Amino acid sequence: MKIHEYQGKEILRNHGVTTPRGVPCFSVDEAVKAAESLGGNVWVVKAQIHAGGRGKGGGVKVAKSLDQVREYADQILGMQLVTHQTGPEGQKVRRLLIEEGADIKKELYVGMVVDRVTQRVCLMASSEGGMDIEEVAAHTPEKIHKVFVDPAKGLTDAEADDVARKIGVPDASITQARTQLQGLYNAFWGTDASLAEINPLILTGDGKVIALDAKMNFDSNALYRHEDILAMRDLDEEDLAEIEASKHDLSYISLDGNIGCMVNGAGLAMATMDTIKLFGAEPANFLDVGGGATVEKVTEAFKLMLANSKVKAILVNIFGGIMRCDTIADGIIEAAKQTHLSVPLVVRMRGTNEEIGKRTLEQSGLPIITANDMAEAAQKVVAAVAGH
Amino acid sequence: MSILINKDTKVVTQGITGKTGQFHTSACKAYANGANCFVAGVNPKKAGETFEEIPIYATVKEAKEKQGVTASVIYVPPPFAAAAIWEAVEAELDLVICITEGIPVRDMVEVKNRMREMGSKTILCGPNCPGIITPDEIKIGIMPGHAHKKGRIGVVSRSGTLTYEAVGQLTDLGLGQSTAVGIGGDPVNGLKHKEVLELFMNDPDTDAVIMIGEIGGSDEEDAARWYAGCSNKKPVVGFIAGVTAPAGKRMGHAGAIISGGKGTAQEKLATLEECGIRTTKNPAEMGLLLKSVL
Repeated sequence: MKIHEYQGKEILRNHGVTTPRGVPCFSVDEAVKAAESLGGNVWVVKAQIHAGGRGKGGGVKVAKSLDQVREYADQILGMQLVTHQTGPEGQKVRRLLIEEGADIKKELYVGMVVDRVTQRVCLMASSEGGMDIEEVAAHTPEKIHKVFVDPAKGLTDAEADDVARKIGVPDASITQARTQLQGLYNAFWGTDASLAEINPLILTGDGKVIALDAKMNFDSNALYRHEDILAMRDLDEEDLAEIEASKHDLSYISLDGNIGCMVNGAGLAMATMDTIKLFGAEPANFLDVGGGATVEKVTEAFKLMLANSKVKAILVNIFGGIMRCDTIADGIIEAAKQTHLSVPLVVRMRGTNEEIGKRTLEQSGLPIITANDMAEAAQKVVAAVAGH
Repeated sequence: MSILINKDTKVVTQGITGKTGQFHTSACKAYANGANCFVAGVNPKKAGETFEEIPIYATVKEAKEKQGVTASVIYVPPPFAAAAIWEAVEAELDLVICITEGIPVRDMVEVKNRMREMGSKTILCGPNCPGIITPDEIKIGIMPGHAHKKGRIGVVSRSGTLTYEAVGQLTDLGLGQSTAVGIGGDPVNGLKHKEVLELFMNDPDTDAVIMIGEIGGSDEEDAARWYAGCSNKKPVVGFIAGVTAPAGKRMGHAGAIISGGKGTAQEKLATLEECGIRTTKNPAEMGLLLKSVL
């Protein structure tokens, strides 16, 4: 699960990290009031969307008067902000963060993820803040320093100080940097985060260390023990179809192609998508119905796929283990009836009760195209789209 | 022979009183020598009771003392599953197979760290995996036993149904399996491709291996590089799922995600080929590819 920058900063502050003072706003008037209450003569107007790259897309502006705050807030609020992470259609800005300006002397980068090889939390830090860290990693990997944190000890003073020195924090600010780094680790660990990033972490003219940005993602498997984090979820930022799918315990991801696919199991679902591509077409979605699919779940899965107007045909690929092919067949027939299915449907079923399932489909009188293996199924569905 | 498990393995089921645990224990008991293998269950509140004549004990340690169990299979719900793994590790079992899907990553980081710190010799398989099967001897997990056939091909995979798909293709071609190992789709787990590959290379009853991977992480590359330098090579073929997966989107499995430009299927396929592992981009041809290298 993702959250907004202002929410991430709130979590970081609760763990001792210093951030600029700021106020989240939902209207232009609120933004101006926020700037007034913050005082000073420089403010930053920041679009709050879940995607990164907001600055480059025109979603972050520095205002030097209250009139400018009003002007920028008016510009940004409601705009379709396009960044390299939003796709060409962009994301509508519904929230702003108004912050006091900061005196930036140097920009640093710090981030955390769980490293799969060491199976520990990895702190990544770099003197090259403010930039796309993937670019830094690709071109100057020696500028990224890593610490693999022992979960029994947490991020130690020595580790924090060492990495702070390596990224160019001067001696006078080391203690402050330590507080920020340990705060980031404690926030990451304490909230079951899957990603936490401060880019940039800045050094100010008077030697302060401040988190100017905050990005946090969370392990969805651990949200059951973090009601406060779950309450930060912003459904406006999520894909409608994916929200609907999660209600029915289906794992669904929207993609750009025109062949809907419904499969049991994540690996087989990816392999099915790959096979469609191999035969020259593109999948419209990833959809794993899971191991315990019922007639209702299959029906919901069909509704989801068909809600996407780009879908010109559907491929169902099932390897029945626990899941019985006859259950899937019943589900498909019910779903076809309820959705008045009008696009070609190719079904490939293998495994438990395969013969009963196939017979059920044949006797249904529905124009279902059957296939014996994945390649044949993919070829048939690609042909069906081409002829559609 | 086979790897990890055989007809003489004695298994305790953790989570034997839950619906999932009962359903699968029943199916495992009915498969091949299962009735002699599944000898104990654990639930502190139901110690002294039985499930289909399998005695239930309060702890894994007690099950080990009373029934001589060497392996455990876990169906415990996600919030309690890491603690269940730890209990089996503390009881010093040889093998722990954790089927449970949805365990918080932090819990796995903690349990794996404790295992390393104590120098545990327990092998963990999973979590979020279908389990392990040595056809016609024993199945520990949720895979359909009937799709398998005894033979000399090893199978290792991060995915469930895609493993069944590979096994089904092999069986259709008349090629049986020595052991099929599902290592699971989570980012922090136990057995990796490399370790399973090493076991298969050293198993006199395995002639060749199908290795199935997916996007995310670098386990497949690590295994391939190890294989390139291994002295007692047997043919290995590979398939990697997720060529069409976009970056930054989690494809069902918690571990299946391309992040920071790393872990793409293309990158993995290229490394496998460089290391002498033939690959196919057509998952319907995994069995045929394996047959072609025998």
